[in-house]
Amino acid sequence: MSALYILIFASIIVAAFFLFAFVWSVKSDQFEDKSGAAMRILYDDEVNQNLN
Amino acid sequence: MPTVKEPPVKEDGLTKEKVKSEVACYHCGAPCITNNYAVGDKVFCCDGCKLVYEILDENGLCNYYKIQNHPGLTQVKARRSDKYAYLDNADISQKLLTFSDGKHAVVTLYIPGIHCSSCMWLLEHLPKIRPAITDSRLNFTNKEVTIHYLQQEITLREIVDLLTTIGYEPYISLEDGSAKKAKASNKKKVYKLGVAGFCFGNIMMLSFPEYLSGNLGIEHQYVQLFRYLNLVLALPVFFFSASEFFTSAWAGLKQKMLNIDAPIVLALIITFGRSLYEIFTNTGSGYLDSMSGIVFFMLVGRLVQDQAYKSISFNRDYKSYFPIAVNVVTDSGTEARPLQDLKEKDVVELHNDEIIPADGVVLKGNANIDYGFVTGESEPVKIEKGNIVYAGGKQKGDNLTIQLIKPVAGSYLTSLWNHYSFSKNKQEENNSKSIIHVLSKYFTIILFVLAGITAAFWALNDPAKLLPSVSAMLIVACPCALLLSANYTNGNLLRLLSNNGLFLRDSTVIEQLGKVDHIIFDKTGTLTQGSSHFSTSGHELTDYERRLVYSVIQPSSHPYSKALSAFLGSYSPVPSDDWKEFTGKGISAYIDGNLVKVGSAIFVGVDMQPKDVKPSLYIRINDDVTAFYINPVLRDAVPQLIPQLASVYDLSMLSGDNDAQRSILKGLFGNKGTLLFEQKPHDKLRYIEKLQQGRHQTLMIGDGLNDAGALQQSNVGITLADDINNFSPSCDAILDASKMGKLPSLLRLSRWGKYIIGFSFLVSIVYNIIGLAISMQGNMSPMKAAILMPVSTLSIVLISTGVSSIVAAGMKLSLKSQ
Repeated sequence: MSALYILIFASIIVAAFFLFAFVWSVKSDQFEDKSGAAMRILYDDEVNQNLN
Repeated sequence: MPTVKEPPVKEDGLTKEKVKSEVACYHCGAPCITNNYAVGDKVFCCDGCKLVYEILDENGLCNYYKIQNHPGLTQVKARRSDKYAYLDNADISQKLLTFSDGKHAVVTLYIPGIHCSSCMWLLEHLPKIRPAITDSRLNFTNKEVTIHYLQQEITLREIVDLLTTIGYEPYISLEDGSAKKAKASNKKKVYKLGVAGFCFGNIMMLSFPEYLSGNLGIEHQYVQLFRYLNLVLALPVFFFSASEFFTSAWAGLKQKMLNIDAPIVLALIITFGRSLYEIFTNTGSGYLDSMSGIVFFMLVGRLVQDQAYKSISFNRDYKSYFPIAVNVVTDSGTEARPLQDLKEKDVVELHNDEIIPADGVVLKGNANIDYGFVTGESEPVKIEKGNIVYAGGKQKGDNLTIQLIKPVAGSYLTSLWNHYSFSKNKQEENNSKSIIHVLSKYFTIILFVLAGITAAFWALNDPAKLLPSVSAMLIVACPCALLLSANYTNGNLLRLLSNNGLFLRDSTVIEQLGKVDHIIFDKTGTLTQGSSHFSTSGHELTDYERRLVYSVIQPSSHPYSKALSAFLGSYSPVPSDDWKEFTGKGISAYIDGNLVKVGSAIFVGVDMQPKDVKPSLYIRINDDVTAFYINPVLRDAVPQLIPQLASVYDLSMLSGDNDAQRSILKGLFGNKGTLLFEQKPHDKLRYIEKLQQGRHQTLMIGDGLNDAGALQQSNVGITLADDINNFSPSCDAILDASKMGKLPSLLRLSRWGKYIIGFSFLVSIVYNIIGLAISMQGNMSPMKAAILMPVSTLSIVLISTGVSSIVAAGMKLSLKSQ
């Protein structure tokens, strides 16, 4: 049964990691512009054209 | 010349002019009238659009046109090249920069024109046009572009000029401080929510083994571990996540007010205290799961309710309309000076379309001032040298030099803002009047009475049960259900209203909107559209005659001439003999052997008969007379809207204009409505004040700066906007002009808000009674509390959002955003 100790602490550490990830994502403005990223990803990368 | 009879007004009267639209401008999609502006097979509507295309083409940025068709904005409006000269003033530009180390600088500019993916693509490719811009990044939701650039190679003014040239003119204001603060506090709310959610989930998980083990119990060492872990997890919930409830309750108590947060805080403290006691004395596991759950759900509710419209601003004052800086003539030449540094006696030079910053005297130039901003009267006024011009007027025409006689803040228009109605905080005022606070006050009193009775009962019968039962009662009877029902109902109503074109400043406006009994309209721009509708009656002009008239009026800069030439369309002028303009009367000329006169009835020589609708001017070619009407067009929705509203509300109309359209409006408003003309901004404010003294709950619907005082004074002030991202005066709500017809339903929906909150509150009271009954008997177990809490919360969320959506659907309002 003492395995439970390890499991519980492991689960809390994993959950704390997600909490940290959440705080970080808010801090780095990832929720500031919800529609922008969706458009940005569709642009063709032109870096290659410039190299040619 | 003999007088001739005035032409009769045609029955249908109005021959609407049709715009011929064959070719759409490659840049902005506007119809092209000529083929003069073309590059290859691409046709443009104006030189501005063509210029933008050429710049983009030169820099290999024509992808812009591939992402969306006609992505640009029309460039017809001419811009002065030195409009942004004030950005060369280091003090001003420094205020705008978010970062600068002398070499690199970062600036964030708000660009209202951003609307599609092409905009984003182009604005993020600015470094291609000017390599001195090292990076540019767009926040699409906020319509803000953040530009990193090298200060030695490009100035802020050049960047703004570049943006303006390619059609993305930024809106520059020096008062962005409050927006940033709001953003920071919004983030803190999200952190609090995240922490509460994390702790709530884990506490629930750790509490389950004990609940589910039944009578057997779990091993002792685990029980202890779980309880103390729960306690550790509950600490951040109690001290961090719930902190705003404490501060708000304390603020209320300091003002001797029992707001809804007070009983909530009481419940939180008792729950936490009793849990601490149980855990330390090893008598139970406490109610930490319920407590953190309540905090979590309440925080979600607040976030749902406080959703903000990021790109809409509700708190603009006159400073947002005025320029940031003006050109001041000094001994050493002209210099751009920030508005707040202007003093009396300063000599200011104004260009076409610039706004007079403070009351002054005309020194030089032809003052042709458009006071549309201030009074709503759209026709420019000519002012002689030596006379006074007032702040807020817009110079039309040549350069104008004035000497200021008052500081900016002491001017006629700006004095409106010194009125006390601008100093009050409407949100707080609405909040204190809210039904929630009234309900929670009674709730708290009843709760204390019940707690007293229970305490007395157990004190007599079984003192050991006194503390547990009373504390359990206070825990269960937490009015969080009331708060939740209000939060979720208001949040959902805000969402529904915004989906239908009405954007509210905050949720406290909903309740005020529901109480409205008197609606006051502004005329120009609110009931009528910005553009005019031209029509003629009498002699039908032939194409040849049109060309003659065009030749006569073409040299004149009178606004009527401009309107008439817009109506006639473009012709190549015929040379005329003896062309004469009589100021205030009209123009006469001989063309091709014809006498052409354009002007007032007397000037043209028409027998005028008193009539409802007076023509704006007459055209006479030899003996044929045509009457020309410039009618502001009523918005499409207005003819149905007004009678619909009149059956429920008292209506008034305040106009800054003269009463030329009294008869049309009279027909619309009927006998019940009050129509007032030639109202100055202060008059409008006073009219609303008078209604309020008569215990009316007022709704003012306006659009311009001249309504600002009335909008602020009114219980609810709605600004009507053709483009919701445009600048509107300080108000409580912004209504999309194209959705104006939905106004009666929207008002009805906000009226329903109160009933929905009441209904879901009733449901929550049923839960409370069950909970109280159990706890008064001293039988409340943590298990029961843990089940009751989420069930009641969930059902309240479902009821409040569900009922409000059903009501909205019943009114045929759209539930989804369009």
